[in-house]
Amino acid sequence: MSGIGTGYDLYPTTFSPDGRIFQVEYAHKAVENSSTAIGLCCKDGVVFGVEKIILSKMLVEGTNRRVFSVGEHIGIATAGLTADGRRIVQNARQEAKNYENFTSDIIPIHVLTERLSIYVQVFTLYNYIRPFGCSLMVGSYDEEKGPSLYCIEPDSVALGFYGCAIGKGKQEAKTEISKLKLSEMTCKDAVKEIAKILIKTVHDETKEKEMELEMSWICKETKGKHKLVPKKLIEEAVEWVKGQENEED
Amino acid sequence: MFDLEKDFLYDLSKEVKTGTTVMAVTFENGVIIAADSRTSSGSYAVNRVTDKLTPVQDQIYCLRSGSAADTQIISSYVSYYTNMFSIEEGSQPTVKKAAHMFREFLYQNKQYLHAAIICAGWDPIEGGSVYSLPLGGSIVKQPFATGGSGSTYLYGYCDMNFKENMTEEEAEKFVTYGITEAIARDGGSGGIVRKAIIDKNGVRRKTVYGNKLKKFWEK
Repeated sequence: MSGIGTGYDLYPTTFSPDGRIFQVEYAHKAVENSSTAIGLCCKDGVVFGVEKIILSKMLVEGTNRRVFSVGEHIGIATAGLTADGRRIVQNARQEAKNYENFTSDIIPIHVLTERLSIYVQVFTLYNYIRPFGCSLMVGSYDEEKGPSLYCIEPDSVALGFYGCAIGKGKQEAKTEISKLKLSEMTCKDAVKEIAKILIKTVHDETKEKEMELEMSWICKETKGKHKLVPKKLIEEAVEWVKGQENEED
Repeated sequence: MFDLEKDFLYDLSKEVKTGTTVMAVTFENGVIIAADSRTSSGSYAVNRVTDKLTPVQDQIYCLRSGSAADTQIISSYVSYYTNMFSIEEGSQPTVKKAAHMFREFLYQNKQYLHAAIICAGWDPIEGGSVYSLPLGGSIVKQPFATGGSGSTYLYGYCDMNFKENMTEEEAEKFVTYGITEAIARDGGSGGIVRKAIIDKNGVRRKTVYGNKLKKFWEK
């Protein structure tokens, strides 16, 4: 690990001779150390799923959230340093509220995403503040425009996706996602598919401890509001995944 | 006795106000806005051909009454911010957005300002809308609105003659006669009647010159 960018990797204010900013690349590594989060655009909404590793039996279920609401209509899922993610979400909430106060309209997701990108980028400019060590997926659903999903990385690049994964298992997850027919899927189906990818493909039961599924959605059913997926649906999805396993045996 | 110093020069040091009449009304295809053309400084008419119909965006206008300086700077700000937001969002700003921005400025700075504004225009979402923003910084959406010193003479006229979904012709007559009457009765209003018809095709401006104004009951 060490020795990759020796000499050019002390501060984000230094380019390497081949045009890289190592501090920002190391920030990406912080994201890759974290457990996986997935976001999918379905025909009637956006669904987020996060694989949360349970570090201790003493931890209360549902704490240590990785998915957040911004305004009522936007959801953000984080991977990487959760504290960094919370900081960006706080900024997002401020932006959304200011926009609403000034214009009396709810902030469009592409406006919020761009503002967050600009915010994240600022932290790659100076040697006295470090870049954020987290990636965010920002999602929303609108009756007219349909579902929208953006992913903001530590280098502040924000791209729009139909389906996206961030964190440790993002490569395997992305492969699985590309096999899905997202435009024909409903959010309820997506809950099952995300559970399947996180439990079976991404989570390694031998190496890691137990996991908890945190899922949320913004869809027609929730009337465009960002809500946690009901516990019952998640349990059903987990049962369904276990059933699939048995079938394959 | 007319004292040059007391009666005339003193007036010139008074703040330039638009003692005014302005009207905005929604009709079937959009809105029609109209105003008189007098800007007064005390009893001196600083400008007798003022244009109080100020564009904020292509199809959003504002009618200004109160302090000329205050209303001009605020409509500049709102024009700037609506431009910035529409570039960020990639879509035309709605009249509602512009009106609410006016409200933010007027309310947050109410101790320093003497400004009342009517924000009216057309957007693809609501069609024609009229928002009234009186002195204190509140915002009210109305089918029609009047403002300025001359508007006091129009409450009865408007209540009796306004109809929902008028044709363009009816609405034009409604505002023209209204401003005419206010010019006749209000000392702070005078000059010509400036009108603008805002609908989905854009803005058409018209003027009715003083000698063409209809004469109502006059002895």
